[in-house]
Amino acid sequence: MAWALTRKAGFYLLVLAIILESVFPFYYAILTSFKSGTSLFEVNYWPTMFSWDNYAAVFQNGSFPQNLLNSIIVATLTVALSLLFAVTAAYALSRVRFRGRSVLLLVILSVSMFPQIAVLAGLFEVIRAFGLFNTLWGLIFSYTIFTLPFTVWVLTTFMRDLPIEIEEAAIVDGATPWIIITRVFMPLMWPALVTTGLLAFIAAWNEFLFALTFTSSNATRTVPVAIALLSGASQFEIPWGTIMAASVIVTVPLVVLVLIFQRKIISGLTAGGVKG
Amino acid sequence: MAELVLKDVRKSFGAVEVIKGVSLEIHSGEFMVFVGPSGCGKSTLLRLIAGLEDITSGTLSFDGEVVNGLSPSRRGVAMVFQSYALHPHMTVYDNMAFGMQLAHGTKEQIRERVEKAAEMLQIKQYLDRLPKQLSGGQRQRVAIGRAIVRDPKVFLFDEPLSNLDAALRVATRLEIAKLHHSMNNVTMIYVTHDQVEAMTLADRICVLRDGLVEQVGTPLELYEHPQSLFVAGFIGSPKMNFLNGQFAAKYGASTIGIRSEHIDINETNPMWSGEVVHAEKLGSDSYIFVDIGSEEPLIVRQNGTTNKQLGDNLKLAPITPAYVHRFDAQGKPMAN
Amino acid sequence: MATEVTAGTLGEAEPQIRSELFVSRTRAAMLFLLPMIVALIVVAGWPLYRTIYFSFTNASLSNLSGAEFVGFKNYLSWITLKSGKTLYSGVLADPAWWNAVWNTVRFSFVSVLLETVIGMVVALVLNAEFPGRGLVRAAILIPWAIPTIVSAKMWGWMLNDQFGIVNDLLMRLHLIDHKIAWTASADTAMLAVLVVDIWKTTPFMALLILAGLQMIPKDIYEATLIDGVNPIKVFFRVTLPLVRPALMVAVIFRLLDAMRIFDLIYVLTPNSAQTKTMSVIARENLIDFDKFAYGSAESTLLFLLIAIITVLYIWLGRVDLSGGNR
Repeated sequence: MAWALTRKAGFYLLVLAIILESVFPFYYAILTSFKSGTSLFEVNYWPTMFSWDNYAAVFQNGSFPQNLLNSIIVATLTVALSLLFAVTAAYALSRVRFRGRSVLLLVILSVSMFPQIAVLAGLFEVIRAFGLFNTLWGLIFSYTIFTLPFTVWVLTTFMRDLPIEIEEAAIVDGATPWIIITRVFMPLMWPALVTTGLLAFIAAWNEFLFALTFTSSNATRTVPVAIALLSGASQFEIPWGTIMAASVIVTVPLVVLVLIFQRKIISGLTAGGVKG
Repeated sequence: MAELVLKDVRKSFGAVEVIKGVSLEIHSGEFMVFVGPSGCGKSTLLRLIAGLEDITSGTLSFDGEVVNGLSPSRRGVAMVFQSYALHPHMTVYDNMAFGMQLAHGTKEQIRERVEKAAEMLQIKQYLDRLPKQLSGGQRQRVAIGRAIVRDPKVFLFDEPLSNLDAALRVATRLEIAKLHHSMNNVTMIYVTHDQVEAMTLADRICVLRDGLVEQVGTPLELYEHPQSLFVAGFIGSPKMNFLNGQFAAKYGASTIGIRSEHIDINETNPMWSGEVVHAEKLGSDSYIFVDIGSEEPLIVRQNGTTNKQLGDNLKLAPITPAYVHRFDAQGKPMAN
Repeated sequence: MATEVTAGTLGEAEPQIRSELFVSRTRAAMLFLLPMIVALIVVAGWPLYRTIYFSFTNASLSNLSGAEFVGFKNYLSWITLKSGKTLYSGVLADPAWWNAVWNTVRFSFVSVLLETVIGMVVALVLNAEFPGRGLVRAAILIPWAIPTIVSAKMWGWMLNDQFGIVNDLLMRLHLIDHKIAWTASADTAMLAVLVVDIWKTTPFMALLILAGLQMIPKDIYEATLIDGVNPIKVFFRVTLPLVRPALMVAVIFRLLDAMRIFDLIYVLTPNSAQTKTMSVIARENLIDFDKFAYGSAESTLLFLLIAIITVLYIWLGRVDLSGGNR
């Protein structure tokens, strides 16, 4: 009896540890963001004050609001374009049998394995050649290297599971492949589209290497780069309060989105991951 | 209405030949049933006629025109699927109207046709509902309605009653028969593995086995004059009794077949005798299983409820000698 | 029964007369694939080729188009001095490169190992049914949802030597006696990186493993319960073998991901020789030092490494499948 009780207690202790360990850093960042002045340099485990100073500083920083907007624009457009290309490609890959299909699927999977650095040099040349350096379109363009294979892969998996009979019934009714995609499959696929879109959005939002390399002015930078570069004049002037505030601003919407779409995200991640 | 002609139609999936040379004529306006055991290729044949699969070799013609190269909608066919295949996100009305919308019919034309079909099938009150709000039987009627709206030359049914329960199956079977009569005798091709459905609905039946046609004929032709052991055993429920060895030799044949409804108890002039080993009483008829010394017990049909018990010794004979089907060693019928 | 509408099969049974349905569907498929294929070629195929190409030239940021072919010079070359001594140069002879390789390998294996073990524990917890399970699942999504850069900054703040909460906590618990500069000190920089990466990525591993665990039928566990088998034994003899396929997929994905790491290291421990990975050093050479061709060579080598590992995995995986899978 005592052993069972100890086991249960141990289990819940473990659960508590997991929750604490996951949430604490974020909690602490929020806590810090509401501190100002010298209190920043004291270590507190519980909130001691509630000041909006840091948040004000973030928005007065000059380019941060612009950076936020840039991130939103880039992530949204990247996802929209990728989904558009991916939906049609997924139909071809999942519903039409043609020679070389499995090879193509393998190629798409392997592109998602590319280390970004391997294409950095080449992309640098292409982006400069197209005049896209230091523009948002340059980022949207380069982000497709990881959003497109991912969306194609996940959407192909979902489309493969749609029942064959409704497609055949539509064919007998005279539907062309385009009609089948838009009027028969898409209405059934929108949960998958939301999930895939969300996951791709998060990936694009997060992206750092390309954003760092292909933009050179504060006005074009995205949020990850802006936060990374937030600095003062010297080592001792790192504006930790401001950095934490910026971090919270950027993260809260993401966390909220992720929590709302929990189930969909988890199923999307595992669909993409456990494909093997 | 269309007359279909299949000339030596073959279909292979990769290296496997599934349809091995089918030649068939389906008359304009007739109700033709493809029947056969699982894997005989009846569904594949239907899909070839529909145009959902390519014909590997041979020709398919509608009213004299070769249609191998045409897509399903251009052939003028409509199909009712086993699993109804209704679009879950569209209302009943939209499901039925889909084909016409794609063909750019006007709103008025569409409404007229859809309502007429809905009227015919008594589903008018469901037009605004979604498929998930309907029962299986109702969904099947919507699927039939969708096919009607297309006003096809050829109506195709792919085992449409398999997903329904027994009572519903009988009711819907009647609906389909009435449909055929009311639709100016549109050519209908119906696939089933259930020979009762085949017998009750068909103008003519085509029995298929292993990708080949065993026999084509009216239900009665197949029943009275089966051209092979297989057809003889497939048509009719319960299955025809088969006797070989000395029993068949008495008739000068390799195998003889006689249906349970054609044997009766005959004390005076018995052909066979034996002990009752089992009896099935269905209320309307009874089926007595008698061990006459052959491989399988002989099944004998009796009207109403029988008083024969297990262990009783019975003397049996065919009702008329003509009802004994004689087959040679190749399973082909011998002339009487 | 066909599982797809083929309207015609390929290979040995070409139909005599091909239906227009098949023709139009194939044509539509090609059309639908075209945008994606073009996009992938422009964004991935061509740049990859160019990177490899540049590695064999003397390209520099200011003179990309005028790059001249120099063969393997960037990879390895040597000069023999009059004194008889041979001087090697090129990436393969660069101790900084090999240091980066070692950092990458070290980081990858340790992080994936720990993430797998901890992820397994978390997955087992989530697989059990208890009140508050939803809370745990939501909680572990938070590290995953936070952008890498933000995580780096958050932890950078917590690991700060002067004002960091980690030092404070450890001092209070008497586990250390003086404040440690986690991200700056040579001994602890890699540790700091590992801590943050494990914190951030374990949820992903846990979720993948959980998916694998949930595919194991419950009755197997019920049988062990009835038989009264020791839970540890159950784990090693029943759970582990059955979850192995999902586990292997998760591990390989994470391993390949870990080898490419850039963001965290660049932001958390900048300019630290103890944590510089191949991606970091390649970019440094490419952009910061304007040794463009040199950096291209390093990028190519990283690509090759990942490609080899991927091919090996697929090849070994196939052998595994045919060689009696339980």
